[in-house]
Amino acid sequence: MRTLAFFTRTRGRHRLDWTDWLSYLYLGAGLFTLFAPIVWLLMSSLKTESALGQFPPTFLPYSQKTVTVAGHDKLLPLFTVRQADGSLREMAQVRRIGIMATLVDPAQPTQEVRVNINDRKPVSELTFAWSNYTDLFAKFSFGRYLWNSVFITVVATLLTLLINSMAAFALSKYQFRGQKAVFLLIIATLMIPPTIILVPVFLVINSVGLLNSLWGVILPAIATPTGVFLLRQYMLTIPDELLEAARMDHASEWRIYWKIILPLSAPALAVLAIFSVMWRWNDFLLPLIVLSKSEVFTLQLALNSFQGELNTQWHYLLAMTVITLVPITLVFAFLQKYITTGIASAGVK
Amino acid sequence: MHGVDRLLGGFFNLFEPLFRAAQRWLGLSRLGWLFVGPNLLVFGLFTFLPILINLLYASTGGVKLMPLERPFTGAENFAILLECRDYLDIQSCRKDVFWRATFNTAKFSLIQVGLMVGLSLLTALVLNRKIVGRGFWRGVFFYPVLLSPVVVALIWKWLLQSQGVFNAGLLAAGASPVDWLLDAGWAFFWTVFVSIWAHMGFYTLILLAGLQAIPKDMYEAAQLDAASPWRTLRRITLPLLMPNLIVVLVLALIRAVQIFDEVFVLTGGGPGSATTFIVQFIYQTGFAEQIHLYGLAAAASLLLALGLIALTLAQLRLTRASEAGQKAR
Amino acid sequence: MTTQVSKTVIAAAVAAFLSIPVVAQAGEIRVMCYQDGIECDVTAEQAKRFEAANPGTKVVIDVVPYKTIVEQLPVQLAAGQGPDIARVTDLGGLSKYYLDVSAHVKDRAYWESNFGATLPWLRPTASDKGIYGFMSQLTMTGPFVNKTLFEQAKVALPGPKATWDEWVEAARKVAKATQTPAALAWDRSGHRFAGPAISYGAKIFDAKGDLVLDDGYKTTVNKFVAWHKDGAMLKEVWAGSGGSSYADSIGEFKNGRVAMVLSGSWQINRLQKDIGNAFDWVAVPNPCGPAACSGIPGGAAWVALKTSKSPKEVGMFLDFIASEANYAEFTGKTENIPAHAGLARKGVPYPGATPAARAALASFSAGVATLSPVAYQFQGYKFNRAMMLPTVARVTQAIVGEMSSDEAMTKIGADMADAVKQAQK
Repeated sequence: MRTLAFFTRTRGRHRLDWTDWLSYLYLGAGLFTLFAPIVWLLMSSLKTESALGQFPPTFLPYSQKTVTVAGHDKLLPLFTVRQADGSLREMAQVRRIGIMATLVDPAQPTQEVRVNINDRKPVSELTFAWSNYTDLFAKFSFGRYLWNSVFITVVATLLTLLINSMAAFALSKYQFRGQKAVFLLIIATLMIPPTIILVPVFLVINSVGLLNSLWGVILPAIATPTGVFLLRQYMLTIPDELLEAARMDHASEWRIYWKIILPLSAPALAVLAIFSVMWRWNDFLLPLIVLSKSEVFTLQLALNSFQGELNTQWHYLLAMTVITLVPITLVFAFLQKYITTGIASAGVK
Repeated sequence: MHGVDRLLGGFFNLFEPLFRAAQRWLGLSRLGWLFVGPNLLVFGLFTFLPILINLLYASTGGVKLMPLERPFTGAENFAILLECRDYLDIQSCRKDVFWRATFNTAKFSLIQVGLMVGLSLLTALVLNRKIVGRGFWRGVFFYPVLLSPVVVALIWKWLLQSQGVFNAGLLAAGASPVDWLLDAGWAFFWTVFVSIWAHMGFYTLILLAGLQAIPKDMYEAAQLDAASPWRTLRRITLPLLMPNLIVVLVLALIRAVQIFDEVFVLTGGGPGSATTFIVQFIYQTGFAEQIHLYGLAAAASLLLALGLIALTLAQLRLTRASEAGQKAR
Repeated sequence: MTTQVSKTVIAAAVAAFLSIPVVAQAGEIRVMCYQDGIECDVTAEQAKRFEAANPGTKVVIDVVPYKTIVEQLPVQLAAGQGPDIARVTDLGGLSKYYLDVSAHVKDRAYWESNFGATLPWLRPTASDKGIYGFMSQLTMTGPFVNKTLFEQAKVALPGPKATWDEWVEAARKVAKATQTPAALAWDRSGHRFAGPAISYGAKIFDAKGDLVLDDGYKTTVNKFVAWHKDGAMLKEVWAGSGGSSYADSIGEFKNGRVAMVLSGSWQINRLQKDIGNAFDWVAVPNPCGPAACSGIPGGAAWVALKTSKSPKEVGMFLDFIASEANYAEFTGKTENIPAHAGLARKGVPYPGATPAARAALASFSAGVATLSPVAYQFQGYKFNRAMMLPTVARVTQAIVGEMSSDEAMTKIGADMADAVKQAQK
């Protein structure tokens, strides 16, 4: 009774009115639209390659059953065959030549029956194709790619937090000539999609000798305009009196930055950190042009190399997609409340 | 905690004397340059310098990579891009794909931004109500934002392929399967849908934050006046939400015009050039084709940047005017 | 994040920073390789044997997707960066980056006698006599047919001199009888397209040796678009992408969605692996047009690159994998046609090949004799991409109805002229 009351608690009244039902319906529809594709991805990634080619597709992963038959050393696939009298019988296929298949009853392996391939249907059983995942780990230096992605993400995020907050501090708490121009310049670069300056960025990275180095992927990405904008907005709300008081106590500007500004900007820093993790983890174009030696590949690059081969290796492609999804999902699950409350407090100011 | 404290403390102590010395030398106000310095350096080297190099590319021709080896051609690349025998017929343009891509991008941006901001607003309004598990629902809507565009596109490509689950559902319902990504109209629809699917949550959160900042007594006053929900929305909620709405509209438009990754993986720009957008055109011209026309790509990217800046300024001016208009009332 | 985790992360980050290898050691060769089947895997095994025989050398094989070779490698090379050896297909386009290793190979005469016919493909100019690498395979474009579907439909396979129209008709009947989505498909590639174009009488080159679009090419474009419009061709392959990006039709073939595809001999190993026993497939001779029954020759070559810092080791490694025993092993395991004259004469054992693969290899090898000389010329032409890429992009637009076939032809011509003009600047 109390549970029911809990679930039907509403605005003011103690009954759900039609707007509440509509809201929950809307949210439920949202949940389905947003998560059903991901659930489908998960289930598909556990199917064998042949099961993936089946149409219409099943939700759960099925694969054709195989059986050992005396007199044959390989496992034989199992089919249901429609008999002359209309009944169904499960038989194992010995061979297929052209459009005729030769099948035997596993209990009577000497009696062979020839059947047209259209008259037989495969027998399926629930199979989770974990090999899609384990093969990937065996085939590729997966640990290496994972490490590269993690290294880039963590180091880039730390550096981003540092230099963006320093810049935001300068742009919010100082007055110096050219300040406005600097700020506008930084914001204006939001208009430049990274794709467009790909080749010149490549030339610059090449000339400073950072090609094929993880630093070549980290350094160009740390001066984010969004980060500076976000932090500056937040820092504007920090009362100047705090800084004045600290200055009167002969605190150096660095101390003010480090001991006052940074701790007070924690919510905005958290938001930027999460965004930075997301951007660097998913970074694709920049690593693509900077990294061409396999030992410095990131996970997303490895995923792309499958993507390029398209229609052929969907089972590996799907498994790999899930694998690149997992870390960001975990980060999200743990830091969910910081993300959503952080954006709230950073955005409101 | 102790170890991290010590590490951080060490870092702090390392730079403090540097900054104290700089403060004495530069004075307080110009110390700002030191703080903004590292960011500016990275930005200058890896964003501003490439933009300048792009200018160099845009004014040269040929297929060589090194800008200094390329022959100077002045504004030829711009002329090639904008050359049309008859400006009302795209087919007669020399770079008809460029024009198609521009129109596709404009169409896409208007539709996608309008729909997405509308849906985000709706969702934010729903989430603002007293509902159970708001944190959970917020997370649900935000999750796709974290996925990389490549992953998003692959998931939907998998669902929409001719032997995918959507067509299976249609067959089960007795309808015939549809070429979701092979029909120009549907392919365009799906680029809009998928990009909204992937990004809506971000804007929803910004708007929700704005809604939650509106003081409750505003609503109470409206209720006392027996105002209808619709009137409350128009007269109280929307005006107070305007700053957030402006931010959302500007960011969404910028992102919509720059869309590339997810569309490229989802449709490849196809069928034909139905979902080819401007950034894909630039990528194809300058990077993907084996005869690299770097100059043309750079010229197109400059035009894109200029267009985007103009668009954003116009947007800000319009919304500021409406804001002022509202305040005057 | 807990303290322990953050401490470990910081410590590990510092350690990793100090350990990232940025500079290649001397005596290390990097090979950038792409594979359709298992070419890079086989070469990696051979590389290990090379390392054992030559202590102090290290050979690293970077397996990359074909897209990287086509898109990233040229940009890297233009910037002065790149691997020591690469497996490339744009032989003429990249020739300015090749390194002459004739000084480092043991026996020049061996190279001349066995690779002499294809060494010129890698030379930047006609008068050059250098050794820049060798063809890892000889490939030919040609069709594969799903024999099981033909049997089910009770349609006989057309004979060796059958025309494209006859093949399309037969495949159409098969598709209808077996409820296959479409009759046939061609790889989304201007290279594949050129074969039937030449068969229909396209001369490709004019008297001066420049690219030209003539009636033969136009006929092919019109027919191709018409076959899409009436449903004979599977739309997915060409219309599923934009621009000129490459897509093959093998995926659709092995899923039984078409009865016939136009692809090439480099797919044989993959067909064997991926189709297995699902249905019977055969390679058939290239269908005929009024002028020829031709495909296009080609193949990927191992090339030495100017960016190499160890030319001597590069020469030694190329020598090693070009030796008859190793080349035979490579060809046999990857089920390719050898570009090695000696092995072509002797024949190569294909130990892992199924009867289907063996028959396909034989069919393609025999087909080499029917290649038109225009096909050879086209393959070797430096700017053939200028014709191939716009063909793909514009014909796709015609297929989806954005323009008519005639307009597509005009646009192909314009794009081609633009590209060649820029490339010659």
